[in-house]
Amino acid sequence: MNATTPQLTTSALTAHPEHSAESPLSVHALTVAYHRKPVLWDVDFDVPPASLMAIVGPNGAGKSTLIKACLGLIPAAAGEVEFWGEPLRRARSRIGYVPQRESVDWDFPVSALDVVCMGRYRKVGWLRRVSKTHKAAAMACLERVGMKELSHRQIGKLSGGQQQRVFLARALAQEAELYFMDEPFAGVDAATERAIIGVLRDLQREGKTIICVHHDLQTVGSYFDYALLLNMRVVAVGPTSQTLTQENLVKSYGGRLTLLEQAGEAIAQMGPTR
Amino acid sequence: MNADTTSLLGILQKTIVELPKLFTGQASNTTVVVVASGLFGVAAGLVGVFALLRKRSLTADAIGHATLPGVAGAFIVGTMLGVPVREGPWLLVGAALAGALGAWMIQLIAHRTRLREDAAIGIVLSVFFGVGVVLLGVVQNMESGTQGGLATFIFGHTASMLAADARAMGFIALFVLIVTFVLRKQLTLVCFNDTYARATGWPVQIVDLLLLGLIIVVSVAGLRAVGLLLVVAMITIPPAAARFWSDHLGRIVAISAVIGGVSGSIGTAMSALAPGRPAGAVIVLTAGSLFALSMLCAPRRGIIAGAVGRVRSRVRILTDHTIETLWEHSEEGTSPNIGPVRNLPHGIKGRLVFLLLRVRGYVRSIGDAYMLTPAGLAEGARLNRNHRLWSAYLTTHADIAPSHVDWSVDQVEHVLSDELVQKLERIVELEDAGA
Repeated sequence: MNATTPQLTTSALTAHPEHSAESPLSVHALTVAYHRKPVLWDVDFDVPPASLMAIVGPNGAGKSTLIKACLGLIPAAAGEVEFWGEPLRRARSRIGYVPQRESVDWDFPVSALDVVCMGRYRKVGWLRRVSKTHKAAAMACLERVGMKELSHRQIGKLSGGQQQRVFLARALAQEAELYFMDEPFAGVDAATERAIIGVLRDLQREGKTIICVHHDLQTVGSYFDYALLLNMRVVAVGPTSQTLTQENLVKSYGGRLTLLEQAGEAIAQMGPTR
Repeated sequence: MNADTTSLLGILQKTIVELPKLFTGQASNTTVVVVASGLFGVAAGLVGVFALLRKRSLTADAIGHATLPGVAGAFIVGTMLGVPVREGPWLLVGAALAGALGAWMIQLIAHRTRLREDAAIGIVLSVFFGVGVVLLGVVQNMESGTQGGLATFIFGHTASMLAADARAMGFIALFVLIVTFVLRKQLTLVCFNDTYARATGWPVQIVDLLLLGLIIVVSVAGLRAVGLLLVVAMITIPPAAARFWSDHLGRIVAISAVIGGVSGSIGTAMSALAPGRPAGAVIVLTAGSLFALSMLCAPRRGIIAGAVGRVRSRVRILTDHTIETLWEHSEEGTSPNIGPVRNLPHGIKGRLVFLLLRVRGYVRSIGDAYMLTPAGLAEGARLNRNHRLWSAYLTTHADIAPSHVDWSVDQVEHVLSDELVQKLERIVELEDAGA
């Protein structure tokens, strides 16, 4: 496997004829390395339009790295990422992002509404101030995640789940067509989890595509209709029912017994829904 | 009040009276310097907020120290070329270039090696300052022992400032003020969440460079007034003081600018009263006093407010606990002697708690015994119900973060939905039926 030569990128393309301009995200032979050590190796997949996709895999599988590499936050050692058949630079305004909650200092002196307004900054531009219209749009996004009443509260005084909802509202304020979310369900309360999954399903119904890093194997089957099983490389990708098979889970999670038990439950739970 | 204070007021009064003359160029030297120092304080306070939020305060210190070799080097090179170094921006340009070089080397060391940024800052700060001191020695030899007046750059010296210098400082400060105001949206976004800023297509590196540039420019502007050793104080202290007063960025920026401006102008005026008093130190000490005041007295975030809050919450927990315990031991409206009841506060703490409860009308004492009043019984019942509902909530809804629960303060109804409260009430009733 030599992913660094351009010839291989071409052959990856021919090997995967499903790559198309329709697809909101196509990843071709992507390899990412931190300090010479590869964390993603020759990753290759397409996301069909209007899918709600989970990226699943064990710790250190490179799930967050994959999202960050797609968004250009981490340089790729090799490979290509295309959005609707175009490079990131041309598609940026159509992409929303929800980073991990731990990535910011929540003592920062801004309100929930201020943070959501940041999602409008690209539309506002460099020098203009945030207009009433933009503020109203941001407020509508807060309402959508059930946070309207807390819009003026300083973000540090919100609970973890509420903070996560503010991040989701900020991504909604971008009015994107493709959303990347890094563990949106991590450490949130049940009410927030329900609110978030409700919003995600609405987005999907509106024809948007959502890609979530997800850590909870038990809910993958009921929340997501498309799944990418990742362990440094793609173990399986496709509709959730076909992807999360016992065989594939063993391949990506190996001998981690507790996880295998969870996986078994996940499969058992998925049975009746499919 | 002594004569010193009145003359300080005198200077400030004169400054205000002469403000319109600034535009016609007829204002006295003192007025120009006081106004320019004030403007510098405002600019430093403004940039400082973002420097603090981006965790660049120490970088600002290194930049300040790194300007010394720039000033001395520019003096040497300028003298050799025959440039009139004491007039015009020659020395300040040298300072800015050296400051930029220092900032760049910090980034280089921090990003290209395994050293952390604090180590990089320490190295750059001390090495640049060392080079500056060596170059000062060279200047001393050139000028046969005078140092060419460069020592004023180290500690600042407003008395020797010419009106032209002050005007330059004022204009630079005004420029920094405007640029910071225009870029506030980008600066806020990058300071809060740089990954998100990059993911949504903002050029984070350019915004960071602009912030660094503003820090350098404002540091250089303050060199003559505050001096390179203390210029970092004007970038760090006003925003840190302002943070105590508000959780709202716009207000913090405004308060920081006011603290910076007040420190700059009042400090300069005070130092003008006594020729031996170094302006830089007086300006910084004024800012430091305002910081101390903020840290102690600010509502909510201040030390005093924090201590009062902690004591209040302890008292509340103790009194609630006492009422509930008495209520649990009451039968038909009578309360027992405190002797046999354990878990009640005793000693001095107990006396205080019971005194407070008596004042509030919850408890009555009969001889050695304490007894709940009807109001106390009602309060005990309310507290007991509240705590049992919270307990039921914690055991049946373990998936919800316990941080949602404020055991001692919140009524269940204020936090949870009516539906959920009814459900919890049923659980508690079932428990009672089982017991």
